[in-house]
Amino acid sequence: MATLSDRLNINSQIEHLQAKYVGTGHADFTKFEWALNIHRDSYASYVGHHNMVSYFGVVENESIGRVKYEFVQRMLLPCGLPPKAQDQSEDEEEK
Amino acid sequence: MFLYSLTLSRASGIQSAVYGNFSAPKAQEVVVSRGKILELLRPNENGKMQTVVATEVFGCIRSMAAVRLTGSNLDHLVVGSDSGRIILLKFNKDKGVWVKVHQETFGRSGCRRIVPGQYIAVDPKGRACMIGAVEKQKFVYVLNRDAAANLTISSPLEAHKSHHITFSICGMDCGFDNPIFAAIELDYSEADQDPTGEAASMAQKHLTFYEMDLGLNNVVRKWTEPIDNGANLLVAVPGGADGPGGVLVCAENFIIYKNQDHEEVRAVIPRRSDLPGDRGVLIVSYATHKKKAYSFFLVQSEYGDIYKVTLSYEGEAVTELKIKYFDTIPPCTSIAVLKTGFLFAASEYGNHALYQFVGTGEDDEDVESSSATLVQTEEGFQPVFFEPRPLKNLLLIDEMASLMPITDMKVANLLNEEIPQIYALCGRGPRASLSVLRPGLAVTELAVSPLPGAPTAVWTVRRNATDEFDAFIVVSFANATLVFSIGEEVKETNESGFLGTVPTLHTQLLADNSMLQVYPGGLRHIKPDRRINEWKVPGRRNIKAAASNEKQVAIALQGGEVTVFELESGSGLLVEAEKRELGEDVSCLEIPPVPEGLVRSSFLAVGTYDQTVRVLSLDPGQGLKNLSMQALNSVPESILMLYNSGPGADRSTEGGLFLHVGLQNGILIRSEVDRLSGQLTDSRTRFLGTKPPKLFAASVRGSRCMLALSSRPWLGYNDQGRFNLSPLSYEALDYASGFASDQCPEGFVAVVKSTLRILAVENVGDAFNTQACRLRYTPRRLLIHPDTRLLLIAESDHAAIPLAEREDLQAKLAALAEEEGGPVQGVEFNDELAALEEQFGAPKGQPGQWAGCLRLVDPATLSTVFVTEIDGNEAITAMALVDLHMPPSGGGGGGAEGGVEKLLVVGCAKGLRYMPTDCEAAYIRVYRLVDGGKRLELVHKTVVDGGVPGALCGLKGRLLAGVGPTLRLYDMGKKKLLRKCEYNRLPHQIMTITVQGPRIFVGDAQESVHLMRFKKADNAFYIFADDIAPRYLTSLLPLDYDTVAAGDKFGNVVVLRLPREASQQVEDDPTGGKMAAASGRLNGAPHKLEELVKFHVGDTITSLQRAEMQAGGQEVLLYSTVLGGIGVLYPFTNREDVDFFSHLEMHLRQEHPPLCGRDHLAFRSAYFPVRSCVDGDLCGQYASIPAKKQQMIAEAMDRTPGEVLKKLEDIRNKIL
Repeated sequence: MATLSDRLNINSQIEHLQAKYVGTGHADFTKFEWALNIHRDSYASYVGHHNMVSYFGVVENESIGRVKYEFVQRMLLPCGLPPKAQDQSEDEEEK
Repeated sequence: MFLYSLTLSRASGIQSAVYGNFSAPKAQEVVVSRGKILELLRPNENGKMQTVVATEVFGCIRSMAAVRLTGSNLDHLVVGSDSGRIILLKFNKDKGVWVKVHQETFGRSGCRRIVPGQYIAVDPKGRACMIGAVEKQKFVYVLNRDAAANLTISSPLEAHKSHHITFSICGMDCGFDNPIFAAIELDYSEADQDPTGEAASMAQKHLTFYEMDLGLNNVVRKWTEPIDNGANLLVAVPGGADGPGGVLVCAENFIIYKNQDHEEVRAVIPRRSDLPGDRGVLIVSYATHKKKAYSFFLVQSEYGDIYKVTLSYEGEAVTELKIKYFDTIPPCTSIAVLKTGFLFAASEYGNHALYQFVGTGEDDEDVESSSATLVQTEEGFQPVFFEPRPLKNLLLIDEMASLMPITDMKVANLLNEEIPQIYALCGRGPRASLSVLRPGLAVTELAVSPLPGAPTAVWTVRRNATDEFDAFIVVSFANATLVFSIGEEVKETNESGFLGTVPTLHTQLLADNSMLQVYPGGLRHIKPDRRINEWKVPGRRNIKAAASNEKQVAIALQGGEVTVFELESGSGLLVEAEKRELGEDVSCLEIPPVPEGLVRSSFLAVGTYDQTVRVLSLDPGQGLKNLSMQALNSVPESILMLYNSGPGADRSTEGGLFLHVGLQNGILIRSEVDRLSGQLTDSRTRFLGTKPPKLFAASVRGSRCMLALSSRPWLGYNDQGRFNLSPLSYEALDYASGFASDQCPEGFVAVVKSTLRILAVENVGDAFNTQACRLRYTPRRLLIHPDTRLLLIAESDHAAIPLAEREDLQAKLAALAEEEGGPVQGVEFNDELAALEEQFGAPKGQPGQWAGCLRLVDPATLSTVFVTEIDGNEAITAMALVDLHMPPSGGGGGGAEGGVEKLLVVGCAKGLRYMPTDCEAAYIRVYRLVDGGKRLELVHKTVVDGGVPGALCGLKGRLLAGVGPTLRLYDMGKKKLLRKCEYNRLPHQIMTITVQGPRIFVGDAQESVHLMRFKKADNAFYIFADDIAPRYLTSLLPLDYDTVAAGDKFGNVVVLRLPREASQQVEDDPTGGKMAAASGRLNGAPHKLEELVKFHVGDTITSLQRAEMQAGGQEVLLYSTVLGGIGVLYPFTNREDVDFFSHLEMHLRQEHPPLCGRDHLAFRSAYFPVRSCVDGDLCGQYASIPAKKQQMIAEAMDRTPGEVLKKLEDIRNKIL
């Protein structure tokens, strides 16, 4: 049986993980937040792997430096604007 | 199935380059990373860039920096990779290897967003370095030295900031004050929360200074200030005593000088006048030239223009920032200024180059923008324009070939050569080319001169033992000898002292600078003052064979009498030392050179007609005693003994002595000779050709190597501790000898029939030699027409302007056409225009604008037979040669079919845009080859809907087309293609289609392979098997009826097979699996493919091919990659080899972990756990590890190091 202190402990552990590793989820994670993390992770991976940026560069006929810059820049808003908080509550109501 | 993976030609693209002095003080060197290979380059005296050492690191290198401790004159290298560790390397000059000085783990591995390694910045005084991730994490390490002047590293200090994206970091120059690192950061936390988008549009980049307090040992955010939102790169400005300090912030269109408590100084980057207004100018690479009195920066834009940036300052106050157009070269990932006045340019795509500075860029004519003349208008800052011009300040010295990117590859023997050729599509835009690769070394012909009659042999002789270059070429004919002197030109001479009226058997320059000529009747010893001593053969016998080194001469007479002479150092006379009757006619003799520090060589190798080779002792008093003997299966033709550099590339230890014997049946035998006992061990054989190999010594990279002449010439040399035997791409030679002269320091002189040729081998160490043919746009697809044997190439470029709309070019082409009296079809047909186009790059068009063409190339001459532009803003996305049933020709619905015809079908997308992929319209064009296949004629063009046509393939006289996620079947019609059947539930985008009998393999862009069938009666497709993992496929290659190999975007190769029971079931099922398909399993097909082999190559695979790379050899799998590498997967044929190499791999993983700290197993399993594949590149490193470790591993495997090396060599020889 988990005691109250254990539960607190687990919570604090999770919090610690969330603070340390960006992208660690939690119970109330929304689809949008999930997508945000996936996209940011992908862009970071593309920028890190030279073969991937080069591949995009060939396809788009752009300089590798430009592709890298654009990818890092897109990490700001990788999948559009976040949904309105209102919509979210409506969604929950629907459920 | 168990595969052995081996890189044949390592990646040639460069990820980043760093200048420094790594091997010696003042050594001008550049370290380049080629993705997963670390390579040290150094220009030689002639300005040719040469690879000193290339090391595969089995990890992904992301960044590098050179660090120099205060007071040191050597640089260390800091590497940021995907290992989750910071690595400090030092180059060991004696051993020629990189040595890991420090390896500090800081966290998780991988190329993730919060794993540091993406950026590295070093304090200019070498006191600290910062290693940063794309997001959040930054670590600072303090570097110091201990009492023994060794580099030490501290534990990391954190400079993290959550929700901050980093664009660039740099170490600021602030003299001996506390080290400061500057970073461009962007906070995204608010943008994530704000649904109105206001926060996102307000997001502001900041320039932040992190100060490393050496006294308190902590890092603080010292200062932060908003900067231009287009900022992407930081360049440190010399500070302390050398300048004002601070940083240059390169932003889109601007360069801004920033420093704490200093106003920003901004200047616009001059832009090309033909650039569309909405496109910015981004700086992608830079180099700093720092000198006490004068420093400047060279920055390069994404279009390739180099600008010289200078700062005017008083004290610490910068008054003016000037940006002046310098020159234009193709865009680079890194540029590096060498202290000797050279610029190394590591191109993003295509060949890398070394330039020499011939101007300082001070010319007043060139466009300059300055912070003083910056004009701000209502629309923003006023731009400054310029026109790119041919090189003025730079002079091209050397080019390093690069195949990057290989977009498609085919392996075929179109020219009926011994082995197939590799046809690779390389490059991008105007630098695109079709390259033909052939295994072997490229040979340059320096001179060809005819000779009177047919010579039998040729030698070169120096004038003086210490001379660098040869003085004479001695050519022997059947009954005469000619001597040429080498000077400004090669001309006949009489002053050498050689006897001209007899044929020569052998020549040698002796240790006291006298020359020796051996002819059938005797020896002629020519003293340096041209006095002559003759030794005549007693009786009526003739000399049959002779060999010598600088102190010893051996001759063999008819009947098998061997006599050895030695040069007496006192009198300078050749004195008979030993004599022995062998009782068997001698075919060849060899004495190895005198080992350093000894008086004589102790071995003489003798090949005799009784099919044996013996090693005799030359030690005094031994009377030419037999030391060892080896029975051969044919008569030896020629012998050569070579010293190897020791194992482990350790040049200080003595290597082994190797005996090479060329046999009359064309086989070369290589055995190791024990340097004390003369015993022969560890023999390896290799078939060289149909002619008996003749062996000669020549020089490669300063060491003695072997030239073996059979039906084709071969070069045997040592490369990083391994003996390589590579064919030369040249016709058969009759006789050869090493040659050194001013123009050609390491070449050879050869006779072919009645010509004398001087040849040189370039790029020793390359597996392939390349011939290239220029193309117009980025090539995308390559096909081989099986009947006409022509190559079909589809080229297209995004955001490019089609040739017809290029007004600047049209005028030039028209002028050229007038000159040449015929139309010039494109830029690629004129060298001058093409060179300019390559230098400047093609002008930029709008996104969604396309230019493209179809081309027919004759592989024999590598010339374009036919080229046609694709009009209507269409991108070529797929191409195939398909046998189609032609529609009935007669009217009135006769029903008789018009037979089958091979047609070219091309999938096009109009106005194609990416991210997300979308197009205005899509077409399938059908072309017919007319005029005997020399011309293409458009038959018709069909509109297809539903997406981009990604793949085309024939199916029983009909056309299968993958259009977006839809698989469609078309019939050939008179006016257009007729849609017959469709399956539209494939996941994303069809990339490849191949057909094996009734089975259709469909490769999806994200969801791997689907096996489909077409049921004619129902006129429907259905999927009967699919894969269990998502794979972003780029290429697919069927291996047999059930098996398929696939390559993906992330660099994995996988072999998938339909399990036997499932395969049987599908074949036996009367519905062909259709009923089962209706039910499905795990949201997919009823049957799942099995993964037989999984392997991470580490580089995007662009094509897979199968071919026999050796005459009569085994079929192997070849792949090409984006970074320009070619590798092979060789299927093992027996279990023993599998065990052996798996064990070797296992031991090497433990005993020789990769250089950059990435775990080998983890790297090869980066996306999917590695399975049934041995890494041959790791196994190959066995040859370069220290002898002690070699011994240890060999013992653990119950073998000797020699046996292990032999196994490695054997498997390599089986592949190529």
